[in-house]
Amino acid sequence: MGVSIEVTNLNAWYGTNHTLQDINLKIPANHATALIGPSGCGKSTFVRCLNRMHETNPVARVTGSVRMGEMDIYADTTPVEIRRRVGMVFQRPNPFPTMSIYDNVAAGLKLNGYSNRRALDEIVEKSLRNSALWDEVKDDLKKKSGASLSGGQQQRLCIARALAVDPEVLLMDEPASALDPVSTSKIEDLIFQLKAQYTIVIVTHNMQQAARVAENTGFFLNGRMVEFDSTHKIFTNPSDKRTEDYITGRFG
Amino acid sequence: MSTVRSPFRSQVRALTDHAVTGLAVLATLLVVTPLVAIFGYLIYKGAVSLNWAFFTQIPKPVGEAGGGMANAILGSGILLGVASLIGVPIGIGAGIFLAEFGRGTKLANAVRFTADVLNGVPSIVMGLAIYALIVVPQGHFSALSGGVALGVMMIPTVCRTTEEMLLMVPHAVREAALGLGVPNWRSVLSITVKTASPGIITGCMLAFARVAGETAPLLFTALGNDFWSASLNQPIAALPLQIYVYALSPYDDWHRLAWAGALVLILLIVLAVSLVRFVTSRGVLKGAS
Repeated sequence: MGVSIEVTNLNAWYGTNHTLQDINLKIPANHATALIGPSGCGKSTFVRCLNRMHETNPVARVTGSVRMGEMDIYADTTPVEIRRRVGMVFQRPNPFPTMSIYDNVAAGLKLNGYSNRRALDEIVEKSLRNSALWDEVKDDLKKKSGASLSGGQQQRLCIARALAVDPEVLLMDEPASALDPVSTSKIEDLIFQLKAQYTIVIVTHNMQQAARVAENTGFFLNGRMVEFDSTHKIFTNPSDKRTEDYITGRFG
Repeated sequence: MSTVRSPFRSQVRALTDHAVTGLAVLATLLVVTPLVAIFGYLIYKGAVSLNWAFFTQIPKPVGEAGGGMANAILGSGILLGVASLIGVPIGIGAGIFLAEFGRGTKLANAVRFTADVLNGVPSIVMGLAIYALIVVPQGHFSALSGGVALGVMMIPTVCRTTEEMLLMVPHAVREAALGLGVPNWRSVLSITVKTASPGIITGCMLAFARVAGETAPLLFTALGNDFWSASLNQPIAALPLQIYVYALSPYDDWHRLAWAGALVLILLIVLAVSLVRFVTSRGVLKGAS
């Protein structure tokens, strides 16, 4: 099941660059939450703070707190531990190029020492079914490399890989921006189904996409969160002038 | 607009295109010619002296016909085995450190600089250094010292190719592993190194092939041996050494054997490299880059 996320006074820096300023928000469990805003506004940085991926950059620094359920992810746990509970799907599909489809999905478990064959088989099948890829790849799971799939299939493979470690939250950083419209709509359908089991945070440049998949939407601008509300409210009657300017296409 | 589309302009463009393509082909031929020429000449000169005895017998005394280089083939095998045991793990380990763990640190810069300098050290100097470090304290020439000399020569090539190949692994692949909650060390060993492994293996093969033909570092270390020896503590024969001695001798018989030795050396290197490629490519999936 998904878990709710509560972000309090989150600030982030890359070197001296203050990329996130005083972010406060509550992301409800088992809902999809979209983050929109122009390029460079900090939305990607924000989702990377939710699984401490920003720490892979040595000059990154964060203050404030992020609670997932009862746990403060900066105080009570390690980056490795939190990333198992918070899956991530990146902008460009990034399957492991030397691995088969099967091994790609099983990678998170295998690399953490999990080796029960039968259980792995089941998890791989379940994850691929959940990412709507099973029927397309079931005949060559171990024969084909993950890199041999099409872009859209690769992205669903990456989603399956993230689901296989059984996370509570799924972060998606522009998951469809490198894909064609057909693949994009498959990913969107998937998000719709997945939020029954996971809390989903999706960064997107595509406002129709936000409107289609997310119950709540946050608008980021210049490292601040300008507005956070139900998607319907944001797109029909935003409270802030800047949000309105952005969604009507007046800038950004 | 009209000038751009004039027939004269397009002719010039087509001509330039042909000229540049021609130059590229010419350059390619110039690269390939020496290789083909050397190999062809070796076959021409060496093939006639190749027979079963060459691979099964040790050298005969001067004046006696026949004899072979079986002991030198075995010796080269042993020397290269020792060299690979030293050069490959140390080189790959240092390369992993440079690319993954030590990036940007002073130690990494120092290691990288040392490796580059080591790469430029003339092989005869390497032989002298190992002579002073191992042969003199031990009091005798040995296969071990020869293997160490070749192994040390392999380190910089293996180390730097490993580093470069690891740096070519896309950042996205590392992030994918870390994003799954895989610890960094595990991600480096199981994902990054594995993804880069075809390139790393190529680097090892390159270093292997390079030292396989080295004579100078063996002159003061392995020394050479006219008899069977597989002991690490005894002087040992090696194909390049044998070729060197035979080619400089005044006997026609030995000259022919030297040609055959050179041919066999090249063939064995090609064989070893192909074998490693074949073994390591099995199990790696098609379509993987």
